[in-house]
Amino acid sequence: MGGVKATGIFFRGTTTSIRVDKTGIRARIGVAVRAVLAVAIAVIVLIPVVWMGLTAFKKHADAVAVPPKVFFTPRLLDSWVFLFTDRLVLSKPMLAQYPPECTQSWQVCLKSCPEVSRWYECVALENGQLVTGPSKYLERLRNSLIIAGCSTFLAVLLGLLAGYAFSRFEIPGKDDLLFFILSTRMLPAVVVTIPIFLMYRRLGLHDTHFGMILLYTVFNLSLSVWLFRGFIDEIPREYEEAALVDGYTRLEAFRKIVLPNAMTGIAATTVFCLIFAWNEYAFALMLTSEKARTLPPFIPSMIGRGVVEWEAIAAGSLVFLIPVVIVTFALRQYLLRGVTFGAIRQ
Amino acid sequence: MKSDNPGGRTRPRRWQLSDSAIVRLFIFPTLALLIAMNLFPLFWSLYLSFTDYSAIAPQPPVWVGFKNYREILHDRQLWIYFATTGRYAVLAVGLETLVGFGMAMLLRQRFKGSGLITTLILIPMMLSPAVVGMFWKLIYNPTFGIFNYLIGFSQPASGPVWLGSPKLALWAVVIADVWMWSPFVMLLCLSGLNAIPQYLYEAAAIDRASSWRQFWRITLPQVAPLLLIAILFRTIEAIKAFDMVFPMTGGGPGDATELIAVNLYRQAFLGQWRTGRSSALAYIILIIVIAVSNIYIRLLNRLRRE
Repeated sequence: MGGVKATGIFFRGTTTSIRVDKTGIRARIGVAVRAVLAVAIAVIVLIPVVWMGLTAFKKHADAVAVPPKVFFTPRLLDSWVFLFTDRLVLSKPMLAQYPPECTQSWQVCLKSCPEVSRWYECVALENGQLVTGPSKYLERLRNSLIIAGCSTFLAVLLGLLAGYAFSRFEIPGKDDLLFFILSTRMLPAVVVTIPIFLMYRRLGLHDTHFGMILLYTVFNLSLSVWLFRGFIDEIPREYEEAALVDGYTRLEAFRKIVLPNAMTGIAATTVFCLIFAWNEYAFALMLTSEKARTLPPFIPSMIGRGVVEWEAIAAGSLVFLIPVVIVTFALRQYLLRGVTFGAIRQ
Repeated sequence: MKSDNPGGRTRPRRWQLSDSAIVRLFIFPTLALLIAMNLFPLFWSLYLSFTDYSAIAPQPPVWVGFKNYREILHDRQLWIYFATTGRYAVLAVGLETLVGFGMAMLLRQRFKGSGLITTLILIPMMLSPAVVGMFWKLIYNPTFGIFNYLIGFSQPASGPVWLGSPKLALWAVVIADVWMWSPFVMLLCLSGLNAIPQYLYEAAAIDRASSWRQFWRITLPQVAPLLLIAILFRTIEAIKAFDMVFPMTGGGPGDATELIAVNLYRQAFLGQWRTGRSSALAYIILIIVIAVSNIYIRLLNRLRRE
């Protein structure tokens, strides 16, 4: 390297070597300016997410304070109790019926209030509310986990097999088939939902876990096939051919040679399918109502009941978003591939 | 690898499948699922689009020919929604292209921590659009939202009511969309920028081409294919935009953010249940999406040939 640089300067002569120095300083300042700008942009980009995170730890009065409060005393429990319970707002006379130690602070209440036994009831009482039962949030979260998990497993399994076949074998009309598979992903959700709604209603699949798992499997299949074809293309064919010569059958070679080499691809694809199924909104809104409803359509519906508990909505969103943020970091190498269906590799 | 099998002794052949059997076995489930859940529904809704039918009425579909399509094309209200969608797509995709490309140019040169910054900026596009719509609703709130505060109003209440004003609501949605998807454009541009061979710039430096000229003659043409792919993806998504807008504005105020996909949902499911007519509308949207993609793909091919 050093040698190359020296000859470069040598060819350019002495005057240019001064200019090189100058640009060196200028370049360094340039990089510093870029870095500062980039940090500023990152901060601006993250403000909405951070704001949601802050709101999740505010008490109701702070969450809707005017002007907005950046500094506040964090309330670690309120929003979570609000998120996981349904409550009744107690009127003044009703609240007055409780002994004063019950309604002051939840710690005092927990110790010395005879009428309330649970800590979350104390937290609610401190806010002048009575817990009437658990909210739907946990149920929706469970639905989201089941549906995203199962559909991802299926999409990855089927996609891996199909991706392998598309990568390794001559298939008549291969490009057309692959294009067909990709084009299914480009369909607007609302366009396919109408007939799928009718179909599901007739088959009794409307608002069922199985129906949603099936739908999300198909929804992710095109992504999975395309990603796997790319990942398997990168595993040298020679590995398998050597195994075949050694007397392995195709299936054994697939299991013992291709699978271990495709592990990173499998991990990346799994996470992408998980995220897409986890985030999906339109199908879930139109094809579920109660039993199989997932979080994305549920979180916006939390707004529709009386006083909007922004701190609870924020807490609910936070629980929902944190896994995705963590995973984004884990996946950063593969993001480009994932969002372009494996069409573009770095 | 198989040292326990010396001298080519044939192993007991279990599960020996021919290659073509494997191909069929591996591809069949995928194709069957896609045909059952995508192709079949598409044909079914094509049929429904030529009928008068409501999913909640007991009557079976009645064939009416092109009546639904004729009605839609003569419906002034729908033209307004198409126009809103067009405006939304042009504004959102245009801004995303500028912002995304700008950020990519900024992050192109590596510096300490640039990888971390890039990943942080990419977070929005991985989030759920519906939930993003919710927190932008909080941010735009006219009394306690931080948006007005951040853009310089000391009293948020004295600033514009973003989601409540028919003039600003579409812009509010565009801003949220730009926030969410500019990182996507940036990601594609960055990979395009990183792939430009360094010798092009070296050659330009020898020719003493100004950096302005280098940008127009080297950087832009080299990134153009990837930039175009990014724009293609975003345009398709903007035409079918539903996920973020609907929870955020519900199409309102009035019909200021009634994008065509939102209206389609309303016609197909919310109260109206005009299944036949909404199938026809769905097909019109589909045709628009296909036409737009074709234009871009042609452009892309022309770029590649040059």
